[in-house]
Amino acid sequence: MTEERILQAPLKNKDIEKLTCGDKVMLNGTIYTARDAAHKRLIQLLEDGKPLPFDIKDQIIYYVGPTPEKPGEVIGSAGPTTSNRMDPYTPRLLDAGLKGMIGKGQRSKEVIEAIVRNKSVYFAATGGASVLLAKSIKKLKIIAYEDLGTEAIREIYVENFPCIVAIDFKGRDLYENGPENYQIL
Amino acid sequence: MREVNASEITDIVQRLSIENNIYLDKDVTDKITESAKKEDSPIGKQILEQILTNAKLAIEENRPMCQDTGIAVIFVELGQDVHISKGIFHEAINEGVRRGYTQGYLRKSVVEDPVFDRKNTKDNTPAIIHTEVIPGDKIKITVTSKGAGSENMSEIKMLKPADGIDGVKDFIVDRVKRSGGMPCPPIIVGVGIGGNFEQCAYLSKKALLRPLNTRNPDRRWDTVEKELLTRINQLGIGPMGLGGRTTALAVQILAMPCHIASLPVAVNLQCHAHRHKTAII
Repeated sequence: MTEERILQAPLKNKDIEKLTCGDKVMLNGTIYTARDAAHKRLIQLLEDGKPLPFDIKDQIIYYVGPTPEKPGEVIGSAGPTTSNRMDPYTPRLLDAGLKGMIGKGQRSKEVIEAIVRNKSVYFAATGGASVLLAKSIKKLKIIAYEDLGTEAIREIYVENFPCIVAIDFKGRDLYENGPENYQIL
Repeated sequence: MREVNASEITDIVQRLSIENNIYLDKDVTDKITESAKKEDSPIGKQILEQILTNAKLAIEENRPMCQDTGIAVIFVELGQDVHISKGIFHEAINEGVRRGYTQGYLRKSVVEDPVFDRKNTKDNTPAIIHTEVIPGDKIKITVTSKGAGSENMSEIKMLKPADGIDGVKDFIVDRVKRSGGMPCPPIIVGVGIGGNFEQCAYLSKKALLRPLNTRNPDRRWDTVEKELLTRINQLGIGPMGLGGRTTALAVQILAMPCHIASLPVAVNLQCHAHRHKTAII
């Protein structure tokens, strides 16, 4: 528990296998942003048998809808949104090759099963620490669905983005066993 | 009768919308600081420290503390001896929200209809406006920015009078328990009790406006608030739901008379980015 690890995106199986729920992670590399509306469109493409706007294999999706950037800023404030709204879409994306997600809050049983099935990982970032997290985002490019505004898919490059392994590849869930350690019955 | 220009209302709502999202109030940062010192969970402690660092960075860099700059919920106490001239009251407020959210680079998070197109209105209007008419010739305006993460974890229940105080307490604790990490703990728990269905929901939101360093003026509710805060923090949910001692910073209750056959209870959860600012015209 609570080992600090430096991790590179896109993710490799051998790196995922080293992660245990509760580990602190500093994430580096290129990741993608998507939330509700973008997920709906991605799933529609998969259902229609069409290609996704980016190669999803081994990638990480960060659930975020940033504030508009001021002139000179790479991105506005950019903390995680509640992940469970993406739960209906997530198993499908994991089965298509997605390896990691960053968000906040617990996930459904179906998502945890899909994480185990696909040897992937779910990271928690601190909700509302949105200026702090934005400082780790060094480059940004909108790559799809510009019409969705804050919900457009952005390719971002992060350096030392702080997060925590919330659900690891074995399905161990910090939202379950974290509170169990501290509850007073 | 005192004349107040509608444009004055617009200016104040614009200013408060922006300030709200940058400056976290001291009563909130004080509570988080106090909790960070007592937090046993290393992850929980780190999260609370990140929240405090973030609050400082938001001010230093003049940026919104959270990317969910919320839907604007506006409480107005309108003195009955005020006449608003040169404009329409609700339009003046919405114009303030429009300008604040645009000029302040705040996120526009309102959709035109809830189900069909869900098309963004692109200026964060319309605001939700609650107006109470009070004696006097002043207008008190409180702008809050309510994020959806915590709002989505809120609930109302029509209890039976026989459920009594234990039923009320259990419903509140259970609501927090089922919410886990989703409302961005540490949270503030706003509770409305009594009234009727819609009044109770309103009370639960209004209860959140009380400064965190104050006590409930009713001694009975003050005791209940303290007991509930202890029970909630014993759940172990902790900062962001990852385990710890700090799940809530405060429980705040507002109660009012109700029907002989009713016992409505509403719980409105508020994330740690507890944003509300007030001005008086």
